Amino acid sequence: MISRRDFLQATVAASAIWGASGVGKWSRLAAQQALGQDQLLAFEPLGNVTLIHITDVHAQLKPVWFREPEINLGVGEAAGKPPHVTGADFQKMFGIESGSPHAYALTYPDFVALARGYGRMGGMDRVATVVKAIRAERPEAIILDGGDTWQGSLTALRTNGQDMVDVMNKLGVEAMTSHWEFTLGIDRVTEIVDSLPFPFLGANIFDAEWDEPAYEPYKIFERGGAKVAVIGQAFPYMPIANPGWMFPKLSFGIREERMAEVVQEVRDAGADLVVVLSHNGFDVDRKMAGRVPGIDVILTGHTHDALPEPVIVGNTLVIASGSNGKFVSRVDLDVREGRMMGFRHKLIPIFSDVIAPDPEMTALIDGHRAPFQADLDEVLGTTESLLYRRGNFNGTWDDLICQALLEEREADIALSPGFRWGPSLLPGEPIRREDLMNATAMSYPSAYRSEMTGEFLHTIMEDVADNLFNPDPYYQQGGDMVRVGGMGYDIDVSKPMGSRISNMTLLRTGEPIDPAQTYVVSGWASVNPETEGPAIWDVVESYLKRKGTVTVEPNTSVKVSGA
Amino acid sequence: MQLTRRGALALGAGFAATMLLPFGAAQAAVDEALAAFTGGAAIGEGGITLTTPEIAENGNTVPVTVSAPGAVSIMLLAAGNPNPGVGTFNFGPLAASQSATTRIRLAGTQQVIAVAKMADGSFVRTANEVKVTIGGCGG
Repeated sequence: MISRRDFLQATVAASAIWGASGVGKWSRLAAQQALGQDQLLAFEPLGNVTLIHITDVHAQLKPVWFREPEINLGVGEAAGKPPHVTGADFQKMFGIESGSPHAYALTYPDFVALARGYGRMGGMDRVATVVKAIRAERPEAIILDGGDTWQGSLTALRTNGQDMVDVMNKLGVEAMTSHWEFTLGIDRVTEIVDSLPFPFLGANIFDAEWDEPAYEPYKIFERGGAKVAVIGQAFPYMPIANPGWMFPKLSFGIREERMAEVVQEVRDAGADLVVVLSHNGFDVDRKMAGRVPGIDVILTGHTHDALPEPVIVGNTLVIASGSNGKFVSRVDLDVREGRMMGFRHKLIPIFSDVIAPDPEMTALIDGHRAPFQADLDEVLGTTESLLYRRGNFNGTWDDLICQALLEEREADIALSPGFRWGPSLLPGEPIRREDLMNATAMSYPSAYRSEMTGEFLHTIMEDVADNLFNPDPYYQQGGDMVRVGGMGYDIDVSKPMGSRISNMTLLRTGEPIDPAQTYVVSGWASVNPETEGPAIWDVVESYLKRKGTVTVEPNTSVKVSGA
Repeated sequence: MQLTRRGALALGAGFAATMLLPFGAAQAAVDEALAAFTGGAAIGEGGITLTTPEIAENGNTVPVTVSAPGAVSIMLLAAGNPNPGVGTFNFGPLAASQSATTRIRLAGTQQVIAVAKMADGSFVRTANEVKVTIGGCGG
């Protein structure tokens, strides 16, 4: 029987771990008690080929908080399958104990309490330690970067991605593919690609005028006595989801037939193993794995899913390695007689208080940050609420951004794009400029203010909803639903395009949106080249400075059905 | 204005009618073009490949490739355009391959249809949905 004394001691110990202070030693201690670096890296080697995959870092060089989504609905054949399983269901599916380090890393429940206990995750200097450790054991390991690397922070924006390029070069990346990279503009992309010591792969990137391949489609590595072909697949909807005018001569697309052709080409060239380094998004890759024969491994990216096990489609492993530097995947493969005979996989969570930073990488990162340190550290306000972005319909970061747009731009309705990048902030934390830029830094930030009819607003909502909930993954673009301030709506995700969105309501008056009436709408990240307005971070900064402390109330304005 | 139940029903019917009218007209034009091409013969499937983007990057110039080994003629239709006819490709006996690539303009999200007349006089068809979107928020 537990005595009162034991009980008190247990309580004290628990409060020491989950204690509200959440800073400095307590979190470090808690993470170290529960975990060790050796334990995180423990891996019984297998076979002759090792792949190391990191993707969607979004320029997060330093450790971050990153809350995984609570709502991530799948439609059609993907309904109820990973990655469309969250929270307690996810824990149950993968045998993860609630409150455990993996529960913190991979799911949202008790996020704030667990974050205070286990500490921040990621940091490219920690990633460097992991990569070095794997390479010490497997010198021929191939390091692959799935893209969305050069965008997402103040320093990446101000250095035009140079900080990330230098860090990834030092990490020893051997091939990459792309998405947000192209939002630096084609001239800068070309300049960087010419400087890279490794290929910038994209089998599906074509010259728009001549319909000819524009980038190297694949690279063949000879490792562990095997020929390993790595085929790159860039984000297919680049000119649609992002401003096409920034890279006007390029055409993308899924181009399934092209992928089949390239797989055949590398097999004919003697590849024993075919790996696709993809930025398709999980559901697109799952479909492609089932339709294009001959792919052994798809290292998937774009939709920011982190899965502790590969999803196996036929004979193809689909591996999802998370985002923001939170995870690195190690995949050991037994490749013999031109075939993949076996695999072992580990999604390594980068607990920043447990994995020692690599000093050389820390120095490189800090060197890049030094010129901007004062800007990064300036406190703009304080949040009393957890700020996070992920979720199909809203997140508190975007609720805050929409509120700032409504007030600062004097709009009826605010729109914030359904991006999936941007780390979290815990309640009580100061909002530094770095934190705001982590949620907004990109190259087309103008916060427009324009008039739209109710009918046009409905068209926009339906269009974006179809990008997310079209039952055929090949028609999905991989973002989340556009976030809306000042307007509520109902969505039935099971309906076809044009009839998912109903009951659009102007929250200020409680009146239904009139299709014929005109409303003042403010938003940001328009793909239109002539967009005018202040940068979104200036809008939010002025709002934060005016308010001082912000609280984000739970958002109940979107009613979801059909899932 | 007081909206009566009767008024609402009438409005509903009017809305449905305006939605259906252009679709019905386009469908009739498609049926007509198919009938003219096949002479009313039955149309089978298989042996014809139509390659289109799932989502058009630019609705004004959508790349389309169609291939039907052994075909003497292939007709392309954009079922949702005001005028669905795109063109018909004819292949002589010396043609090295029975395939064609072109770029077409699409008024909106719709089916692109390809029908091939084979050397033995039989017909096959295939269709792809091409989405024309206003773009926005990937990411």
